[in-house]
Amino acid sequence: MRTLAALHSILAFASSSLTDLSIRWPTWPEWKRVLFLQDYNTRVVMLGTMLLGLAAGMVGSFTLLRRRALMGDALSHATLPGVGLAFLIAPSLGLAEKSLPVLLTGAALSGIAGVVAILYVRNLTRLKEDAALGIVLSVFFGAGIAILSIAQQSVGHSAGLESFIYGKPASMIESDRLLIGCSGVLTLLIMGVLFKELTLLCFDEGFAASRGYPVLLLDLVLMGLVVIVTIIGLQAVGLVLMIALLVIPAAASRFWTQNLKQMILISAAIGGAGGFVGAAMSALFRNLPAGAMIVLVCSALFFISMMFGTERGLVVRSLRRRDLNRSVDHQHLLRGLFELQEIRGPKAGIPFSELQTLRSWSSYRLLKEIERCRRRGLVFRDSDQNLSLTSSGVVEASRLVHEHRLWELYLITHADVAPGRVDQSADAIEHVLEPELIAQLEELLLQRRRVQGIAPSPHPVDAEQAS
Amino acid sequence: MSGSITQPPDNSLPLSVRDLTVAWYRKPVIWDVGLDVSPGQLVGVIGPNGAGKSTFLKAIMDLVPRASGRIEIFGQSYKRSRHRVGYVPQRESVDWDFPVSVLDVVTMGLYGKIGWCMPVRRHHREAALRALERVGIGEFANRQISQLSGGQQQRTFLARALVQDADLYLMDEPFAAVDAATEKAIVQILREMKQAGKTAIVIHHDLHTVPEYFDSVVLLNMRVVASGPTDVVFTRDNLEKTYGGRLTLLDEATEAMRRRERTL
Repeated sequence: MRTLAALHSILAFASSSLTDLSIRWPTWPEWKRVLFLQDYNTRVVMLGTMLLGLAAGMVGSFTLLRRRALMGDALSHATLPGVGLAFLIAPSLGLAEKSLPVLLTGAALSGIAGVVAILYVRNLTRLKEDAALGIVLSVFFGAGIAILSIAQQSVGHSAGLESFIYGKPASMIESDRLLIGCSGVLTLLIMGVLFKELTLLCFDEGFAASRGYPVLLLDLVLMGLVVIVTIIGLQAVGLVLMIALLVIPAAASRFWTQNLKQMILISAAIGGAGGFVGAAMSALFRNLPAGAMIVLVCSALFFISMMFGTERGLVVRSLRRRDLNRSVDHQHLLRGLFELQEIRGPKAGIPFSELQTLRSWSSYRLLKEIERCRRRGLVFRDSDQNLSLTSSGVVEASRLVHEHRLWELYLITHADVAPGRVDQSADAIEHVLEPELIAQLEELLLQRRRVQGIAPSPHPVDAEQAS
Repeated sequence: MSGSITQPPDNSLPLSVRDLTVAWYRKPVIWDVGLDVSPGQLVGVIGPNGAGKSTFLKAIMDLVPRASGRIEIFGQSYKRSRHRVGYVPQRESVDWDFPVSVLDVVTMGLYGKIGWCMPVRRHHREAALRALERVGIGEFANRQISQLSGGQQQRTFLARALVQDADLYLMDEPFAAVDAATEKAIVQILREMKQAGKTAIVIHHDLHTVPEYFDSVVLLNMRVVASGPTDVVFTRDNLEKTYGGRLTLLDEATEAMRRRERTL
C-alpha cells in the first residue's frame, strides 16, 4: 500500500517517469477491494474524506447564505504561510518538523490572521469586501509560496508541505481520521447548538444586532467553523480546491429544497458522497489525484441537482412553464370558441382559420391544444371540420369567460384602464388568478351590479376582426 | 419637543434624544438631533431621501456608532431597555429568497426570550402564529417566505415585532410599496397599539396620509426641522423647509401616488 500512496501523490506526478502515469481500467479484485472497504488504508482515506465532505457541506450552507462563500477561499489560501512557518519553527521548539498537529496549528493561526486582515481592510478603508478578499488572498498565498521555497532550501525536502496545496489524502493515517472525526463532531455540535442564532445572523443581521446579538462574534464563530473544516481539508483536497467543498454542495442543495434544515442535510449528503466517491475513484484509477476527483464528483452532483432538483431544477421549471403555457392556450381556445358561438349561435361551427386569426398563436400550438381539448371531450369537429364546444366544453368555457370578464370589469372600475385596452391586461393577469381571488372579485363586482350568471363583456366582443 | 439641553429627560418617556450626531467618515448624516416622545403616541418621521431617517432609527438602537449625544429609552440606555423595543427594518434589507418559512421569521422576534442555544418550543410557535393572525396572514404561516407578496412580507416583519410585545416600536418605512389592504391592516394595528398605551415611531413617505395616521411628526433633514403635534407642525411652510423649499414636495407626492397605483 505504500506504493499506492506514492502513486497518489502529486509529487510523484512531478518526479516520476512518464511510464508511471498510465491510467488503466481497474481489475475486479481492485474494484472489490475499494468498494467493500477491504483495504485498511483506502478505508481510512475514504471515510476521512467523507467526513470532511459532510462537515464542509453543513458549514458551507451557512456561509453561502451569509454571502461569505468566498471567505472560505481566502481563508484556505491564507493558511499556507502558517504551514511554512510552522515547518521552519517546529525544530527549534523541539518538535518534529512535519508533525501534523504543529503544521495544522500554524495553518489555523495564519488562516485566522487572514480573516482578521480582511475584516480590517474592509472596516478601516472604504474598500468593498471583494477587493479586500482579493488582496488578502493573493498576498497570503504569495507569502506562503515564498516561505515554502525558503523551507525547501533550508531543509532540502519539503515534499510533505506541497501536498497541502493540492491535497494528498493517501497520506492520511488512522490518527488523522480521528482528528477529522473529532473536528466533524465539533462542527456538528456548534452548528446544532447555535442553529437558531446562525440562521438569524444570515437572514437579518440588522435585526439580530437590534436584539442585542453580538453579530461580530457570531460571524467569528461561523468563520471559526470554516477554519476547522479548512484545516482538516488541507490534507485531503488541498487549499486550492477546499473552496469547492464549501460552496458546491451548499449551492447544489438549493435546487432541492426551500427548507434550511433540509438544505443543510442535503448539502452534507452531497459533500459526503463527493468525498467518499471521489476518494474511491482515486483509489481505483491510480494517478488520478483525490482532491480533483472529489471536486469533480461534487460538480457532477451539482450538475444533476441543477437539472433535476425538485424545487428549482431546470427541468422542473421548464415543465412548470410548459404547463402554464398549455393552460394559457387552453383558456384562449375555449374562450375564443365560446365568444364566437355566443354571437353566431351555439350550433355554428367555427373554422380553424378563423380561430387562428383570433390571436397570434402558431397553428402548431393551436392544433395541439385543439387535440388536447378534443381528447378531454370539450371540443368536437363537425362534418365540415369546423369546431364547436361540447356541452361539457360549454360549462368549462363559461367559467373561464366569467372569470375573464370579472377581471376586466375590475380593471375598468378599480384600476382606470381604458375599455379598449382591458382585454389585453386582463389576459396577462388572469392566468395567475387563484380561486380565492376570483371569489373576492365576485363579491366586489357582482353583488353591487346584481349580475347573474356570466358577466357581460364590458367591451364589444370583436367579431368583425375574427370573420 | 425640540432639543433643550437644560432640562433633564423625564424617566417615563419612551424616547428621549439629546444632541444626537451621527457621522460616516466625518460627514455628518444627522446633526444635533433632539427629541422627546411621550407615551401612547404615533410619531411619523418625515423627510426626503438621504435625510438620515433610517440612520436615526439605527442610532436609537446603537446599531450605528454615534459621534455625540445621549439616548434614553424609558429612562435607560438601549442596552438595558432593549426588550421593550420592537424593530421593523426596511423590507428590502433582507434576502426574501432565504430558505425559511413565515413562522420561522416571526419566531425570530422571540429569540431574545428563548435565550441562547435553546430550541424553539411549541408555545413560542403558537405565540408567533397569533401574531401572524393579528396581521391577517395566519394562513401563510407555513409558506416559504420566497412565495410572499410585498405586502405579505411587510406583514411578516410587523408580526415579528409584535410577537415581542414591546412598548416602543421603531418602524422603517412599513408602508413602502404595500397594497392598499396591507396599508389598512398596518394602520389598524398602529391604532390598537396606541390604545394599549404603546408608542410607535414610523418612518413614512406618503405625505397625504400623515395627518390621518400620526399624532405627531418629526420633520427630518439631517437636522430636526420641526417636531410636535401633527396639526401644529405639519404645515406647508415646514414641509418646504424640510424638502428644500423647491418643487420636491410635488415630486414626492406624485411618486407616492405612483407607488400606490403600482400596487393595485
